[in-house]
Amino acid sequence: MTAAVLLGHGLVIASALFVIGLVGVLVRRNLLFQLLSIEIMLNAAGMAFVIAGARWGQADGQVMFIFILVMAAAEVAVGLALLLRVSRQVRDLDGDAVSAMRG
Amino acid sequence: MGDLLCSLPIWLVPALPALGFLVLAVIGGQLPRRWAAVIGTGSVGLSAAATLGVAACFLRHPPAGGVRIETLWTWIDVGSFEIGFSLALDALSLVMIFVVSFVGFLIHLYSTEYMADDEGFSRFFAYMNLFVAFMLMLVLADNLFLLYLGWEGVGLCSYLLIGFWYTDAANGAAAQKAFIVTRVGDTAMAVALLLLFKHAGTLDVRQAMAWATENWAPGSTMAVVVALLLLGGAVGKSAQLPLQTWLPDAMAGPTPVSALIHAATMVTAGVYLIARTHAVFLLAPPAMTAVAVVGAATLLLAGCSALVQTDIKRVLAYSTISQIGYMFLGLGVGAWSAAVFHLMTHAFFKALLFLAAGAVILALHHEQDIFKMGGLRKRLPAVFWTFLLGSASLAALPVVTAGFYSKDLILWAAWASSAGAPWLWAAGAIGALLTAFYSFRLVFIVFFGDEKGHVDHRPGLKIVLPLAVLAALSVVGGFVETPGWLGHVTAFSHLTESALPAVDWAVTDHHVEHRLQAVVAGITLLGVLAAYLLYLRPSSIPAAVKATALGAWLSRFWLSGWGFDALYDRLFIRPFKGLAHLLRGDPFDEISATVARVAESGHSALSRTQNGRIRTYAFGIGVGAVIAAAIVVLT
Amino acid sequence: MTLVLLILVPLIGGFAAWIAGRRSADLSRWLSLAVALVELVLALTLWARHFGADVGSGGPWLEVVQRPWIPELGISFILAVDGLSLLMIVLTGFIGVMAVLVSWREIESRVGVYFACLLWVLAGITGVFMALDLFCFYFFWEVMLIPMTFLIGVWGHERRIYAAVKFFIFTLVGGLLMLVSILALTFTHAAETGVFTFAYGELLGTPVASPAAFWIMLGFFVAFAVKLPAVPIHNWLPDAHTEAPTAGSLILAALLLKTGAYGLIRFVVPLFPEASATMVPWALWLGVLGIIYGGVLAFAQTDLKRLVAYTSVSHMGFVLIGVYSWNELALQGTVMQMICHGISTGSLFLIVGMLYERIHTRDVTRMGGLWTQVPRLGGVAMIFAMASLGLPGTGNFVGEFLIIFGVFPVNIAVTVAALLGIVAATIYSLRIIQTTFHGPVAIAVKIEDMNHRELAMMAPMIIVIVWLGLWPSTVIATFEPAMESLFHLVPQLVIGGY
Repeated sequence: MTAAVLLGHGLVIASALFVIGLVGVLVRRNLLFQLLSIEIMLNAAGMAFVIAGARWGQADGQVMFIFILVMAAAEVAVGLALLLRVSRQVRDLDGDAVSAMRG
Repeated sequence: MGDLLCSLPIWLVPALPALGFLVLAVIGGQLPRRWAAVIGTGSVGLSAAATLGVAACFLRHPPAGGVRIETLWTWIDVGSFEIGFSLALDALSLVMIFVVSFVGFLIHLYSTEYMADDEGFSRFFAYMNLFVAFMLMLVLADNLFLLYLGWEGVGLCSYLLIGFWYTDAANGAAAQKAFIVTRVGDTAMAVALLLLFKHAGTLDVRQAMAWATENWAPGSTMAVVVALLLLGGAVGKSAQLPLQTWLPDAMAGPTPVSALIHAATMVTAGVYLIARTHAVFLLAPPAMTAVAVVGAATLLLAGCSALVQTDIKRVLAYSTISQIGYMFLGLGVGAWSAAVFHLMTHAFFKALLFLAAGAVILALHHEQDIFKMGGLRKRLPAVFWTFLLGSASLAALPVVTAGFYSKDLILWAAWASSAGAPWLWAAGAIGALLTAFYSFRLVFIVFFGDEKGHVDHRPGLKIVLPLAVLAALSVVGGFVETPGWLGHVTAFSHLTESALPAVDWAVTDHHVEHRLQAVVAGITLLGVLAAYLLYLRPSSIPAAVKATALGAWLSRFWLSGWGFDALYDRLFIRPFKGLAHLLRGDPFDEISATVARVAESGHSALSRTQNGRIRTYAFGIGVGAVIAAAIVVLT
Repeated sequence: MTLVLLILVPLIGGFAAWIAGRRSADLSRWLSLAVALVELVLALTLWARHFGADVGSGGPWLEVVQRPWIPELGISFILAVDGLSLLMIVLTGFIGVMAVLVSWREIESRVGVYFACLLWVLAGITGVFMALDLFCFYFFWEVMLIPMTFLIGVWGHERRIYAAVKFFIFTLVGGLLMLVSILALTFTHAAETGVFTFAYGELLGTPVASPAAFWIMLGFFVAFAVKLPAVPIHNWLPDAHTEAPTAGSLILAALLLKTGAYGLIRFVVPLFPEASATMVPWALWLGVLGIIYGGVLAFAQTDLKRLVAYTSVSHMGFVLIGVYSWNELALQGTVMQMICHGISTGSLFLIVGMLYERIHTRDVTRMGGLWTQVPRLGGVAMIFAMASLGLPGTGNFVGEFLIIFGVFPVNIAVTVAALLGIVAATIYSLRIIQTTFHGPVAIAVKIEDMNHRELAMMAPMIIVIVWLGLWPSTVIATFEPAMESLFHLVPQLVIGGY
């Protein structure tokens, strides 16, 4: 298996993951599942970095993956906190119901 | 003594009434009426006294060039535009300040009684003093810019005094009309000043006139244009065609105002202006003809209107327009001195007529309809006799009245001057018939016949005295200039010859002159006789004439002053008001309002995409990313 | 040093009035009056110092203060006065005192902040009239805008927010266009000479390529035309005037509009003579449009304040045609007109304010016959109505007729149209009097005539307007050298003149 083949396959998987995540965000109304979908999209991006790092033999890909990991953790912390507040406030986890910021 | 009088500055003449105005305007409200009257009348009286002193000096020691100039200060000095606040006294100004201050004084004296019960007593005298001050400035001004100051100033006072009883909206409308119509004329005059300054480089009357005489060929376009524009200013102020409509309405003011401003002084300012700028008119024969034609047409039109008026003051107002028409006729044929002479005698007899009419109006409890008067001869003898003398002078009864001498000079010049023509004379002669008829119609209706009104106020000394003085002047005022067969006194023309050129006679045959005089005298007497037959004897003719369709139409048409008001209403007032109504919301505001509206609709369209749903936003991001990627990949 | 004080006094005075207002409203009032009086005295001493003095060889500038501000960007702090600026500053000081006095009883809420805003506006205006560095000028231009917006928006009448926003947007857009033009001019200058500077003296005579020059000039022109205001960008003015408190209307009419005219005279024409020459026909006819349009609209209004506002549009049209005739008579007449319009229209706004305090309406259809009750106020109104219609004996006559005499050789049609505007002025001015003080008595309640404070305000206004009418040389002598040096810079825009 050459690096190029690895790269091509890896990116296809990453893209597929990303699309799955994106579709999840778009079609699920439950905020918890939307958060999960965002996690999938982040991981897709991280996977792309790792694959690209492996392809060129650079450590940058792994560094970026760790960075994304940390960021995802922070994001989940904030997101879950918000989710809790929202569920208390509107007694629902329907994302569409929380539209007070509409123009 | 003469030298002492010559140390009397000219500026005292206008300054004294101006001071009177200042005092009355600032503290007049607190002053008792007696004091307001003393200040108001006294300031003009002192001004008249100063006039006498100045005149004595002028006559004894005629200044070089016939003009005494007094520069008070430099008014405006911008580059080449240098205007002095300076007064000039020549023979023409002298006649004018004499008329203004003396007639003004008599009318002020009269007003102390006429206005005695009025709430705005001190205000009245303040305005009157201001008027006299501005009028004196007008006639004493050394340059046209300063003349314009007086010119507009008297317009202001005219406005203030016509609308003196301000709570009546009709008075206010009349006052505004007077101001606005005269200002339309002033616009023409302003353009004349602009042209004079552009070409002559000065607004000093003497210098500008000298420049024009030197540089403009007779009949040159520029001279004609300037002269016509000056005529435009003059017809506005002097209520001549086509700007005559304001004067009859101006009778809304108190009667002394009508006497002073709308008969004796301000309305003759146009005559003064043309006489003052005669050099330009001499260079512009077409403009001279225009002046004569305006005068002739106006005197006939106004004479006809005077025939059918029923309001005593409106009769006199139309008669004033008509008489000023004579003055214009005189100016137009180059009889400068005769026109100014008629200005003077007219000031005497017309002021007298107005004041006497005022006494009648006061006696009858502010009744102005002549058909509700009658038989006042017995009740108000002093008023009757003075009014009779005034009417005789207005009708120009031969030999015994001042009006005869001045009008005769004008008519003779209309025939015999080089600019004259038989048809101009004929217009004047027909006018004489009309004048005699309407003035004696007035006398017969008001003072003869049955008593109709109740006299509840007999004029006191302060009314009778001015009437008597003016009546005397209406008779003897003409003896300063008499025709050849009657003593050949030439005091007036001798006085004015330093300021005004003599008539350029085309006919010098005295037989013709005598024959024409006889004809006019006959016409005048015919007019009196007609009035006698129609209005003093029981006669059904006036009623019968009025009953015919043509008679009724003519009487309505003349009563309304030849329909000029309706015409101007259609032509100017309604379009202006319509335009104002149309524009009142400020259409330009729509431009910025449209910009604001577009921004607002853009805002509401975009804000609809902001629906608050995270999924929609995410979709937007996704689509955007795909499009961006597509652009990157595909290009 | 006086020049800096002229700005610092109202600026610091404003803070002081604000702080004082927290303790007592009256303290704030007296303090503001004191500050305004000090400002006036400063301005007058400056005038007295240079009154009748010959201008030296150093150009028209009587006093100059110059400090580096941001030298890296070529920005310096330059204040200078010539005769024109000097008179505008004296006018600012004079109107400032009146503005404080007229607010005495009218303003009851947040008095301290109000006076702070008032004094800051004055500081901004003074700065505008003195700044000779374009950046500095722009700075003061915005300084005077913001407190003015607050004056209208906070202490105004019913539709104050709308009026304040409109005023702000119009002026700000104009100001931003000017900023763009300033930068463009500076960069052009830098490209030509390698010197990056905003100083007026150095930017003068910068050769700008022809199409660019026109657009740069237009940026300045629009900013000043908005302030002037010239039709069709005048429509912020009726709203701002109508909704502002009396002092706000007074300052707007008497001073802010003058900054527009000042800008045209000081910057637009001297900086861009060729481009301005191409503007002449446009500007002349815009001016005429303003004169006639303002006159007709003034006649059509029923809100007295709005009526007076439109008279401003009409009068400032004269200023526009005066500037673009650019000859000695027209230009001197323009400055005269600026001063006299400030006094006369300002006074009319004061009168409307006094009426409003008494009868709580500005609707002329509900007024009439007021002379019976308030003859003094009526008399004062009469004087200023007459000034507004350009009666000889008032300064307005001198201004308008000098302009007309100056425009005449440039364009006869414009002159005649302007004269028709004077007829329109007669019509609307008489209407002011007829509908309020004359006519049938319409107000039943008892109202008081002018009190001592009001008399103390109006008496100087009357004296000044009549003085300017009879002895205009008092001020003409002061601004004449300044005008001459402008002619030295730009001898003529169009063929014509004396």
